[in-house]
Amino acid sequence: MSYYHHFVIPFTAGLLFLVIVVAAKWIIWIKGLNNQQKRQVKGNIFTKKSLLATWEVLAESLFHRKVFKKNFLLGYMHMSLALGWFLLIAMGNLETRIFTHGQLNPPYVPIFFEFFEHDLSTLRYKEIFTFVMDFLLLFVLSGVALAYFKRATSKPLGMKQATKHAFVDKLALTSLWLIFPLRLAAESVTAGLYGTGGFFTRWLGEAIAPLPAIDMLYYPLWWAYSLSLGLFFISVPFTRYMHIPTETLLIFLRKYGIKETEKHTSYTQVELNACSRCGICIDSCQLSSELGISSSQSTYFLKSLRDKKATDYLTETCMLCGRCDYSCPVGIENSTIRLNQRRESPATGTSFGYVPAIEASKGKIAFFAGCMGQLTPSVTRATLALFDAADVEYTHIDKDATICCGRPLQVNGEENAARELAQKNKQLIEGTGAEALVTTCPICARIFAESYELSIPVYHHTQFLYQLAASGQLKLAPSNNLITYHDPCELGRGLGVYDEPRELLKFAGNLVEVKSSKTNSLCCGGSLAITSINQQQRNQMARKTLQSIGANDVDFVATACPLCKKTFTAASDENAILDISEILVKAFANTKQSSKPEQKQTAKETSTVN
Amino acid sequence: MTKTVAIIGGGVAGLETAKQLNSLGYSVKLFEKSNTLGGHVAKWDRLFPNKRHASEVVSSLTLSQGNTQTLVGTTVSSIKRQHGNFIISANSNNHEADAVVLATGFELFPAEKKEEYGYGLFENVITSADLEQMFIKHGKPAMASGHKPVRIAFIHCVGSRDEKVNRPYCSKVCCVTAVKQAIEVKEAIPNCEVFCFYMDLRMFGPGYEDLYKEAQSKGVTFIRGRLSESSEIEGGRVQIKAEDTLASTPLKMSVDIVVLMVGMSPQLDTSKLAADLGLSLNADGFIAATDLHTNPTETTTKGVFVTGACTGPNNITDTVNAAKATALDVHNYLSR
Ligand SMILES: Cc1cc2nc3c(=O)[nH]c(=O)nc-3n(C[C@H](O)[C@H](O)[C@H](O)COP(=O)(O)OP(=O)(O)OC[C@H]3O[C@@H](n4cnc5c(N)ncnc54)[C@H](O)[C@@H]3O)c2cc1C
Ligand code: SF4
Ligand code: SF4
Ligand code: SF4
Repeated sequence: MSYYHHFVIPFTAGLLFLVIVVAAKWIIWIKGLNNQQKRQVKGNIFTKKSLLATWEVLAESLFHRKVFKKNFLLGYMHMSLALGWFLLIAMGNLETRIFTHGQLNPPYVPIFFEFFEHDLSTLRYKEIFTFVMDFLLLFVLSGVALAYFKRATSKPLGMKQATKHAFVDKLALTSLWLIFPLRLAAESVTAGLYGTGGFFTRWLGEAIAPLPAIDMLYYPLWWAYSLSLGLFFISVPFTRYMHIPTETLLIFLRKYGIKETEKHTSYTQVELNACSRCGICIDSCQLSSELGISSSQSTYFLKSLRDKKATDYLTETCMLCGRCDYSCPVGIENSTIRLNQRRESPATGTSFGYVPAIEASKGKIAFFAGCMGQLTPSVTRATLALFDAADVEYTHIDKDATICCGRPLQVNGEENAARELAQKNKQLIEGTGAEALVTTCPICARIFAESYELSIPVYHHTQFLYQLAASGQLKLAPSNNLITYHDPCELGRGLGVYDEPRELLKFAGNLVEVKSSKTNSLCCGGSLAITSINQQQRNQMARKTLQSIGANDVDFVATACPLCKKTFTAASDENAILDISEILVKAFANTKQSSKPEQKQTAKETSTVN
Repeated sequence: MTKTVAIIGGGVAGLETAKQLNSLGYSVKLFEKSNTLGGHVAKWDRLFPNKRHASEVVSSLTLSQGNTQTLVGTTVSSIKRQHGNFIISANSNNHEADAVVLATGFELFPAEKKEEYGYGLFENVITSADLEQMFIKHGKPAMASGHKPVRIAFIHCVGSRDEKVNRPYCSKVCCVTAVKQAIEVKEAIPNCEVFCFYMDLRMFGPGYEDLYKEAQSKGVTFIRGRLSESSEIEGGRVQIKAEDTLASTPLKMSVDIVVLMVGMSPQLDTSKLAADLGLSLNADGFIAATDLHTNPTETTTKGVFVTGACTGPNNITDTVNAAKATALDVHNYLSR
């Protein structure tokens, strides 16, 4: 038996168009990957990574697990739309397959089955199918209703700011929102006229059947339903809805180990197109929540880059704190893309070739304090005192003079100038013959680890000191002080060091864990990656961050970054802000008083940052 | 019945206000948290512009108090308004008053906050207030080791005019204090080299410019530039890095003592009292009066007046003038 009616054309043409465009884009993107990335695809495609990716596609694209984590209603909205629609298609296919005894039907048949087939008496499990199809439709419609509601007011869905959308996006949105109400209308009218449908469409159909001229709506409604589907499909490649097919590809590529590099690649294109413009990144950004700067967040930046219209304002108005990377339900590497875009902008020609090289004496451990270390001599002094206490053979390589690590230049797009400085420091470091490099500054640690290509391991001092404390080489005795810890952006989200600082602090006192910590920790406001905010704005952010870590309820606020320390100290006269090393010096002094130093921890494998 | 005025703070501002209100016939209670009167001035050796001993000023004010009831060692922890009166809690006792004058003064900028200068870390980095103590005790500065310094650097604007430590304002008195102290060092140790690192020199008061000329003639070197950082070198000496902005060259220098000209900061405790009373603070954190020009002593809360350095940095002359004005305003308020 063959089913056909002219009204299926908009749907079918739209679907065909979408499939061709998406396939073409995927092919272009995959072909555009660099050789290394292609090798990663080839090496992993036939491994269990593909299965894992499939699972993740289901979890994220259908169930929207991460959105659920952010807010239940928002998660439900996304899930009911995606999962509900998917199941409607799947069940519809199954229903027609069974009804037509396994025959392969054109894609429009299951979509418009209620139109084509009014007598389902021969369908096996008819009651179940008609019930489930109505149920799923209601499920989707509940999501659509929430979406209408969200447009009107986004607060209950956990969003303070909703993304502002362009005209085509609104068009696509309208057609998407019309699809399901139109399906409901078409199926109900059909049910009213022909006694088809499940519990809901039948009930609704019977209720409206007595209305005059209801039969006149029959064809127009099916046409409208098909048109709204076709219009939506055609609009997908030109709108944010492209994120739906693209996210699938992104999940696979990411599972194969592909990441952003130091340059834009076609993988970046995949990320740009995978942004759903959900706007979750806007709320996670302190520029927005604290300073009311709500027009530069990742959602806008990615869109502008996708449209090849990234402005300096968008590229530069960001602290590169990385918060939005972790709140993004798609997991887009927002801050890396933004950094790479800064690298693309024409260099200013800044050069540091004239900086004289420095030399240092030899030693087993090379210690680097950096520019921030010069501004926080107390941190350097405490760290070196602990080295002495643990008999570490070290050489303080920038004691008399220091050369900037280059990271402040790098985050502002001055890659060449940064490399010049890096070269000088690399010579300095390697000239010492040291076995490891230790720095108190996470900003330096980050560029050492990511760009210096050193042959020796790089440790942040918290990692190194943890090793010493855990092995008993550094003796510490805790006090009863309450300590809260602030995760520095470059150390936490930047280098993934969350545990060692905490473990170390437990050697010194009572660590109080707060809610907004680790990947969710706030930036202190001191970021070197933004120049357009003033000191007052930074102070304002710093005070909020101190509040978020409960600074007023503890004896010490510990941080592990000299820049955070300075930023907090400037903003607050009420809190004692110390680097972990300074707190440990107190704990070391305690061992001199109490006769039995407590060594309750056993050593765990210590990581490096490179 | 005689009306009672509570004055919080026994520095020169509080003392002068008390003296005036006392002679106007009010019953005056003066609260001072430390054990001695005179506030910061009691900690200075000799005063600019005329190098007169600070103790003279303090004793002349304390000796002319008449019937003022002075409560030293008494910290006012809260002030509440009740039926048009005020309840002042200090050392867990309550006192009643018809009007309140806040004369709580300032707090020295905690120089540790400017960590790169090394205060509290390097033994020969001291503050201007520490130097005053050295003059009081020994008549001249000495290194922590006891050695006689041969080179001293004064660093202006520490905790003033510095957004990075959230103190954007000028503290007014530290330029002339540095000039005065530089002269005193030269007089005490003639062969000691003295450098002043300044941003610009604010010699606003009578006789100040003359002091500056005197310093120059005594061989004090003035370098325009802000210190970037200091570090400790052998013998506890201090190496400082700065930029000479007139010569546009970076500069490195080893000195025996670094003197940080710490600014005048708002007091944290005062901010809390102000909050109790619903007073507003100005952008710099000092207590705001209702009208900067025409009403500099009244606050938005009726019956509460402010005077002296708790309204912003000031020298003694301006502080005492303000105190006299405050007394008159309190009198006008109470005799309405
Ligand atoms: C280094 C330095 C040198 C200076 N040298 C000179 C100089 O040579 N000549 C000159 O004219 N000026 C000088 N000044 C300025 C001078 O010190 C001030 O003008 C003066 O101290 C202001 O007086 P005050 O009473 O307003 O404040 P303060 O002197 O600060 O006195 C306030 C008093 O209030 C008390 N107090 C605060 N809170 C409470 C409370 N809650 N309860 C009870 N008591 C409280 C404090 O203990 C203090 O005694 C100098 C300033 C500095 C920083
Ligand atoms: S970047 Fe992520 S969080 Fe932001 S709009 Fe896009 S998908 Fe949403
Ligand atoms: S990296 Fe930080 S500052 Fe930049 S957009 Fe994301 S949350 Fe905002
Ligand atoms: S008086 Fe001079 S030293 Fe003091 S803050 Fe003003 S300019 Fe700086």
